[in-house]
Amino acid sequence: MPAQVTHLGQGVNVTKPGNEQELLTVAQDLVDAAVGGEQVEVIVSRGESTTVKVHSGEVESLTSAGTAAAGIRVIRDGRLGFASCGTLDPTVLTETLESARDNCRFAEQDDYNGLAEADGVGVVPQDLWSDSVLSMTADHKVSLALDLERQVIGLDSRVSAARTTSYGDGWGQAALASTNGISRVGSEASCSIGTQPLAKQDDETQMGWGSDASRDPDSLDLQKVATEAVERATKLLGATKPSSARVPILLEPRLAVTLLGMVAGMLSAEAVQKGRSPFADRLGEQIGSELLTLVDDPTRSESLGAEEWDGEGLACRSNPLLKAGVLEMFLHDSTTARRAGLRSTGSAVRAVRGLPTPGPQLLVMEPGETLGPEMLSGVSQGLAVESFAGIHSGVNPVSGDFSVGADGVMIRDGELAEPVRELTIASTIQRLLLGVIRVADDFEWLPGGSGACSVLIDDVSVSGS
Amino acid sequence: MRRRQEPGSCVDNPTMLETEGSPLLDQSTLLDQSTISAVLTAGMEDGADFAEIFVEDRQSISAMLDDGRVEELASGRDRGAGIRVVTGETTGFAHTADLSVESLTNAARTAAAGARGGAGKASSVSASPQSTASRTLPRILPENVDKADKVALLKAAEDAARSENQAISQVTARYADSRRRIQVANTDGVHSADDQVRTMFSVSTVASGDTGMQTGRESVGHTIGFELFSETDVAELGRNAAQRAITKLAARPAPSGEMTVVIGPGGGGVMFHEACGHGLEADLVAKGASVFAGRVGEKVASELVTLVDDGTMDGEWGHTAIDDEGLTVRRNVLIKDGVLMDYMWDGLRARSEGRKSSGNGRRQSYRHLPMVRMTNTYLLAGDSEPADIVADTESGVYVAHLGGGQVNTATGDFVFGMTEAYLIEDGKITAPLREGNLIGNGPAVLANIDAVGNDFAMGAPGTCGKDGQGVPVGDGVPTLRVHGLTIGGTAT
Repeated sequence: MPAQVTHLGQGVNVTKPGNEQELLTVAQDLVDAAVGGEQVEVIVSRGESTTVKVHSGEVESLTSAGTAAAGIRVIRDGRLGFASCGTLDPTVLTETLESARDNCRFAEQDDYNGLAEADGVGVVPQDLWSDSVLSMTADHKVSLALDLERQVIGLDSRVSAARTTSYGDGWGQAALASTNGISRVGSEASCSIGTQPLAKQDDETQMGWGSDASRDPDSLDLQKVATEAVERATKLLGATKPSSARVPILLEPRLAVTLLGMVAGMLSAEAVQKGRSPFADRLGEQIGSELLTLVDDPTRSESLGAEEWDGEGLACRSNPLLKAGVLEMFLHDSTTARRAGLRSTGSAVRAVRGLPTPGPQLLVMEPGETLGPEMLSGVSQGLAVESFAGIHSGVNPVSGDFSVGADGVMIRDGELAEPVRELTIASTIQRLLLGVIRVADDFEWLPGGSGACSVLIDDVSVSGS
Repeated sequence: MRRRQEPGSCVDNPTMLETEGSPLLDQSTLLDQSTISAVLTAGMEDGADFAEIFVEDRQSISAMLDDGRVEELASGRDRGAGIRVVTGETTGFAHTADLSVESLTNAARTAAAGARGGAGKASSVSASPQSTASRTLPRILPENVDKADKVALLKAAEDAARSENQAISQVTARYADSRRRIQVANTDGVHSADDQVRTMFSVSTVASGDTGMQTGRESVGHTIGFELFSETDVAELGRNAAQRAITKLAARPAPSGEMTVVIGPGGGGVMFHEACGHGLEADLVAKGASVFAGRVGEKVASELVTLVDDGTMDGEWGHTAIDDEGLTVRRNVLIKDGVLMDYMWDGLRARSEGRKSSGNGRRQSYRHLPMVRMTNTYLLAGDSEPADIVADTESGVYVAHLGGGQVNTATGDFVFGMTEAYLIEDGKITAPLREGNLIGNGPAVLANIDAVGNDFAMGAPGTCGKDGQGVPVGDGVPTLRVHGLTIGGTAT
């Protein structure tokens, strides 16, 4: 799953971000209420965010949000119960602990159930905080969004409006404590901008998009976002339906990581142990092209998706998934690790209000050797994909069947040619991985946190008329 | 810690009480009239055109069986209020989980500050008396059902699925119920409340064979209580989910290219949801992001197409008594005999056009601004015998069951997944096909519907996502035939 930057942030009425120790105490006090024979884990979070949406030079909406949440996991006699709430009100928290306790009476015993145990792996410290985000005035936020919209509309005569242009920011804080002595707390802040320009030509409309995210509002690159968004909107104008063919497809870094994110999800030990991963018995085997090396590494400070600890409070670490196409490992949380007789890989992913499961956190591709401009050379016919549609309905993570809608630009004789739309791309995840014939040297950190490069994949069914 | 998206909105939760006759649902208000008045007054005090408070109290419970074991029971509780203030074209919005007068009036002032800049008039506001929309009450509130009874359903479904065939290698069963009480009041005099109880159940299977693994899923969900299970046999759901996976083990790759597609009853409502539903949402239309903009009164579909969005359908997944702006939901005819009658509207968009909302203002929770959303969207039945539609199709694909979909409203291009499909050869349904997506263009597909059956069924419960908000929606179709959809298969 590509990392999502959470926009936790500051309201219009600026309240001082909470005290970390105080939040940790809220979690610890509940853990201290554990009775003999039960394991209790409490995760609590709070934050504030602002979103400004502008349209036609006016503020369309300004949203100020303060949120809080708690998730409580109780394990007793190998039985698991969970309860959550959307407040840190002490009375409700106590009731929530009671609900979690009650819920574990009805689950069945699983001796591998248990909370994470401290494993001695040290946290790689990250500086996720940003005073500059918190000191933004509401007027400044509004002016950034309006400025972006102005830039978008001034770039191309065919673009006279954007569906929405927005600025968002926020801060968030989370604390986790457990009866196993785990105790973590951390805070983060970030900001982002985004736009969806509409390009019109004759009776046709195409929608583009662009976004950027940062911990420093001043480094948001409005010009780049506007340029990219307008390019995306205009380049598909006049697109037609292509004829069906089996051709190579080019995926830009953002789409390459969409594909690899699905693969990484299939490498979750949860899927493997429950017989739902097509890669379950492939450890140590070549499952992808030799050109593919992929690591899941939330410790990369240069990424906006960096994290210190996972959803069970264990230190995040670098986990090599594919080395030159060879499957190196599966991702574990403490429960799947216990079942496999291994140690957690620090890969528990969760929402505060949900249970942790193992999954990818911050995917980083190793850059390839093909120079960007040479990615198309020698490709007599192919498709440079602009966007996928229907990923959630068209990719089956159990069978690996892959069939999604797409649009893009045809590649002819090594050059980008005419735009195409209303087509589908079909293969299997397994075949797509093996079919990678070029990886570019164009590594970039995406706004969502992942680091990726463009890839060229051979022999894919593109269906049109 | 990497955040996973918070759990979606189609699940929920806990405690209950008896039945029959007496009003089960709590008709008491979440906030009293004086609090409401104070909040609306605070929202208007600097001068604004409109203020609204939306209060929500939501409880949910879900239970999951996986890998042969009831793995977990999870319950959730959420309560809070969102306050919206509109001045001119600008909306300010703030929310809080603290329902004290002080916290609520603070949120109202924050929202008002967000909406500042317009030229409204200061005024004091008194809340109108609350009206409670009439609705059918759930017979059995899930919160009054023992958790053990909910867990027992999971075991029954699993047993049935595993007994169906030895090739079934994994089964997941999930039970979820929710109760969402809402109260909405605004300075236009709306003050109403609703108590929405939903119950759902799903079974997912994996079948393993020589060709690898395949999956099957069946789900049922209604805006009713635990009586769902006197109408629904979870064992049958389990068997059907198993059968769907087994069938696909022997399936061949789907064809590739443009085909004639026959969609079975209930299986394909999501096609209309994507092909035109989103494009008929007034907020997208107003921004020029819909291919259906400016086409009211025009023929936009085959005359066989009459499409309705109907929040009043008792018990259906997208049913409520009021929308999330406090208006009684309605049955809105969107397309009649192929002619576009109207778009769907929320209050904000309707106000700026000087007309009435169609009752389609919905939101995921009190933390979200309402926007135009569908409820239960369906195609009315036609005259053709379903069997004749298949028999008249020389070659094509029969889609018994669709998965999710997605649309680009600006171009009208949409996709949806087929989770159970077969070839049609010489007018007969033949070999099962593997999964694949279909892609089409909304206006073109609507024009190319050339047969609509005299049968009809609602489909599986869905969660519709738009701008990051998920809301429960229903859909339904009779058997129908459409030309010119492109199937994303690998067979050549």
